[in-house]
Amino acid sequence: MKKNRVIPVLLLRNGFLVQSKQFKRYQNLGNPITAVKRLSEWGSDELVYLDISRDDTHDMRRDDLGHHNRDNIFDIIEDVSKAAFMPITVGGRIRSLQDIEKRLSLGADKISINTLALDQPDFIELAAREFGAQCIVVSMDVRLEEDGVHRVRRDGNREATPYTAAEWARRVQELGAGEILLNSIDRDGMKNGYDIPLLDEVGSAVRIPVIACGGVGEWGHFAEALQQTRVDAVAAANIFHYSDQSVYLAKKHLFEQGLNVRSPELLEI
Amino acid sequence: MSRICILDYGSGNVKSVYNLLASLSDNVKVSNAPQDIEDATHVVLPGVGAFAAAMRRIHERLPLDLLDRVVLQERKPFLGICVGMQVLADRGFEFGETPGLGWIGGDTRKLDSGDFPLPHIGWNNIDVRQQSPLLNGLENAPDFYYVHSFAFHPSDPASVLASTDYGQQFCAAIGRDNVYGVQFHPEKSQRAGIKLAKNFLAMS
Repeated sequence: MKKNRVIPVLLLRNGFLVQSKQFKRYQNLGNPITAVKRLSEWGSDELVYLDISRDDTHDMRRDDLGHHNRDNIFDIIEDVSKAAFMPITVGGRIRSLQDIEKRLSLGADKISINTLALDQPDFIELAAREFGAQCIVVSMDVRLEEDGVHRVRRDGNREATPYTAAEWARRVQELGAGEILLNSIDRDGMKNGYDIPLLDEVGSAVRIPVIACGGVGEWGHFAEALQQTRVDAVAAANIFHYSDQSVYLAKKHLFEQGLNVRSPELLEI
Repeated sequence: MSRICILDYGSGNVKSVYNLLASLSDNVKVSNAPQDIEDATHVVLPGVGAFAAAMRRIHERLPLDLLDRVVLQERKPFLGICVGMQVLADRGFEFGETPGLGWIGGDTRKLDSGDFPLPHIGWNNIDVRQQSPLLNGLENAPDFYYVHSFAFHPSDPASVLASTDYGQQFCAAIGRDNVYGVQFHPEKSQRAGIKLAKNFLAMS
């Protein structure tokens, strides 16, 4: 039986792994590659690696880490794919088919696009035809507006779009997206749980897998999403970086609740 | 000491397959050069994408006469991954009918997954159907990572080593003599994938 997935999201900002709060405050967490090794050893089902830099410079400002200082996203992807024998989705700053091809050739399995999909919806179709639907993840950032409607925001929550969450989800599915990474702006970094009505709305609107993200503060929040909505995968960022064996413990919790996840295990790789 | 040759016909996952095997052996090459294939003790055919496109590139880039000899006559251990498994069949039916390598009898056809969406993407467990050196130690229904819409339908059910359920049972691992194929991606399947790769490299 196919399993629901537990997915750590790593945010890379100019060479540093960062924590984010409501898409506006960032705090450094440290090295973006040693974190991947840990997350792999704890049995993550998949990794989402998002470059949220505003430009292309990356500098770890350290040469004492047991590996080379990395100053560009390509070296970082290459190192990540060596450190983790699991599916890796890479996103951020994708502007062309060539950008996708390059990342895939370095070991990425899927590519997540966000702003580009909103700017040129036809690009989703183009990319799905070129690389296969399974490879194209559309990431969407959603905010609950004052009128009670979940609407898609663009460019890191800087601007509005005309779409409700369900509308945009259906549209990207029609265009050939293989998966949706659904981020709640309101819940980002707040630890108060997923926006369950949002997950429900989008999970019921499409047939392609939806990955829920934003708001997890305890393992029980993962269980809520899997029990109450049709999302296929549960993702989080911050919570996985602050406790030892985090992914293992999250999966153990879900497994013991009888949820359909891969059995928890600690790997020695 | 094993010497591994990963064949490269432009399939997307060569890098990841290399990373996995290079973590287990110091002697891994990505090459289609006849000498490297001759020197190899183990040959791996990775694969992502569509059957017809894969076969077209295989014909363009790989020395098939040589591969026929080293795999079918000299019987070097051979592992096809995903589309690299599917092309072992006699024929494929993705974008029309295309002849495959025909190393294991059968057809590659679209999965009949019923209500489940295609492609089949994600972690799913295998059910081992028969003892095999490839699946040694993996009898306990471990999960592997899948990304595919088509599957191998062997003409001889005895070649099925393991199956997986996704709307229907399909062939997850196949084997005949020294020729093996897996529909899942060991290079993305963490511990189970590493175990399978070690089993493959232990063959001689």
